[in-house]
Amino acid sequence: MVSETVTPGEPAIVADGLVKCFGDVEAVRGVSFEVPEGRVLGLLGPNGAGKTTVVRMLTTLARPDRGTARVLGLDVVAQPQRVRNIIGLAGQYAAIDENLTGRENLRLVGKLSHLAPRDIGARADVLLERFALADAANRVARTYSGGMRRRLDLAAALVHEPPVLFLDEPTTGLDPQGRNELWHVIEDLVDGGTTVLLTTQYLEEADTLADNIVVIDHGSVIAEGSAADLKARLGATTIEIGFRDDTAATTAAGLLASIGGVDRDGKLLHLSVPGDDGAGSMLQTVRALDDARLEPASLVLREPTLDDVFLSLTGHAAADGDGNGDGDGTAKPRRSRRQRSGGRAR
Amino acid sequence: MSAVDTSHAATRRDARPERRFVVGDSLAIVWRNLLNIRRNPELLVFATVQPVIFVVMFRYVFGGAIQGSLPAGQTYIDYLMPGVFVQTIVFGSLTTGVGLAEDLNKGLIDRFRSLPMARSAVLVGRTGADLVRNFFVVVLMCVVGFIVGWTINTDAARFVAAFLIILAFAYSMSWAFAIVGLSVRDAETAQAVSFPFLALLVFASSAFVPVATMPSWLQGWAKNQPVSVVINAVRYLTIGSGPGLSASSVPKAIAWIVGIVAVCAPIAVARYRKAT
Repeated sequence: MVSETVTPGEPAIVADGLVKCFGDVEAVRGVSFEVPEGRVLGLLGPNGAGKTTVVRMLTTLARPDRGTARVLGLDVVAQPQRVRNIIGLAGQYAAIDENLTGRENLRLVGKLSHLAPRDIGARADVLLERFALADAANRVARTYSGGMRRRLDLAAALVHEPPVLFLDEPTTGLDPQGRNELWHVIEDLVDGGTTVLLTTQYLEEADTLADNIVVIDHGSVIAEGSAADLKARLGATTIEIGFRDDTAATTAAGLLASIGGVDRDGKLLHLSVPGDDGAGSMLQTVRALDDARLEPASLVLREPTLDDVFLSLTGHAAADGDGNGDGDGTAKPRRSRRQRSGGRAR
Repeated sequence: MSAVDTSHAATRRDARPERRFVVGDSLAIVWRNLLNIRRNPELLVFATVQPVIFVVMFRYVFGGAIQGSLPAGQTYIDYLMPGVFVQTIVFGSLTTGVGLAEDLNKGLIDRFRSLPMARSAVLVGRTGADLVRNFFVVVLMCVVGFIVGWTINTDAARFVAAFLIILAFAYSMSWAFAIVGLSVRDAETAQAVSFPFLALLVFASSAFVPVATMPSWLQGWAKNQPVSVVINAVRYLTIGSGPGLSASSVPKAIAWIVGIVAVCAPIAVARYRKAT
């Protein structure tokens, strides 16, 4: 709706030394990153890492205690209203009015984004169609499934066609099918030129969607790069070779030591090889075994996953990160409370 | 220092355009909240059936017992109706706070705050929708009151004035409970936190029983607190002058109403800006 001109070369999103404290707790401790226009940044970290707090600062919902942030060149503290014109936000909860229909929800956001009244209806229809909600457009959102609510929430974030989109854990709580649907929608948006900042605790999600990944834990950036970079730098490629008897395993362990580090586990060998040439190492392994007339029972090349990366960075797996406390750790209790309260309390 | 100054200037420049959206944005929120009332049967029951039950119950259940402590010449129904009006709208204003707490809890406030809308619109719209609801509630209660024998002993102008004072007081109470709603995490807490204030306001008042029947330590509060003052003003405007009723209660009531809005609205808007 509002066209903002960005200085050439200026990234779409710039976070520079963002700090946010809640009481004595430093939830975000100097986070910096940049997102070039039209790209997707995945902000990856466990519950309570400070992801949501970073998003809240970038979307003008929270004021940084220190540091600055700009979206398309606009300062989030000094020019919040202009920033709100160019951003869309879909949060961890489907922020929709359950007593309004899908169409009414979009119309409300259209009015509040100050679209021309004659455009609001058309825009709502386009979005309902695009997010496969056209059939449910006149039903109150209370009757929607979880996936439909998330789609409506994302549609609401797109009503004013923002060039920059913030998605805070967009697929948390969705089933695999709902997640896949939402991924496709996000990919389409990016193809259309939208800049996206996405937080997630799912490594697979960051791997699928993000051009660049910033890993944060306890409020600090602990790694940054593309998924491939991070895997190459921090994850190990391994070849797993299983044998039918111990003698063969022993012989093979001696033979393969020249190719990579061998870690033996009974009849199973784990061969660590350079991450950039898994296939070459595999071929060497096969040749060496064949020359020695050793026939393995199983032979698997295991590429590193972001889970491995996360484990080596933080010392704990992404999924069982400590959700208690710092930063956006409030997410869980709030969600469960809402579920408990169910309908309107009296 | 100069950096700080420019950023402040930018904030002011940035804030100005939003003012022209206050009316439009507030109306959009009024529309949304009225749809909510219509779609939520529980709310509708709370808004209509309960006040009717109160009128009928107090008229027939407690009326006989309390009649004896009233000044001679006043009937309990005439004494009671202003009290029931004010009690109902004060309890009803709780829904302003509960609704905001629920919006906050569901992330709707975050959505609104991320939009380029006027900062005050969510609260102006919420309290505005509650004013519309209260209008219908008070009209309905008037009708039920007339059916069970309520009479206006003054004139039409003073009856309208009484009606407007009730609505204005309802509006001021909405702003007061908006602060509560924005300060807690969910609807249940908003109710729990509000109840002591409600009890203190509504029951330690002249709503149902004459203040003279209360212990002396309570009378100072019960006579001068806003609910009693507003009820006395409404009684004066509907019953006319008589023992315990005076014209001075009307300006006092208006002063309370203006004072409550003047104090609570800015606090509520400030809380909204910071709400998480």
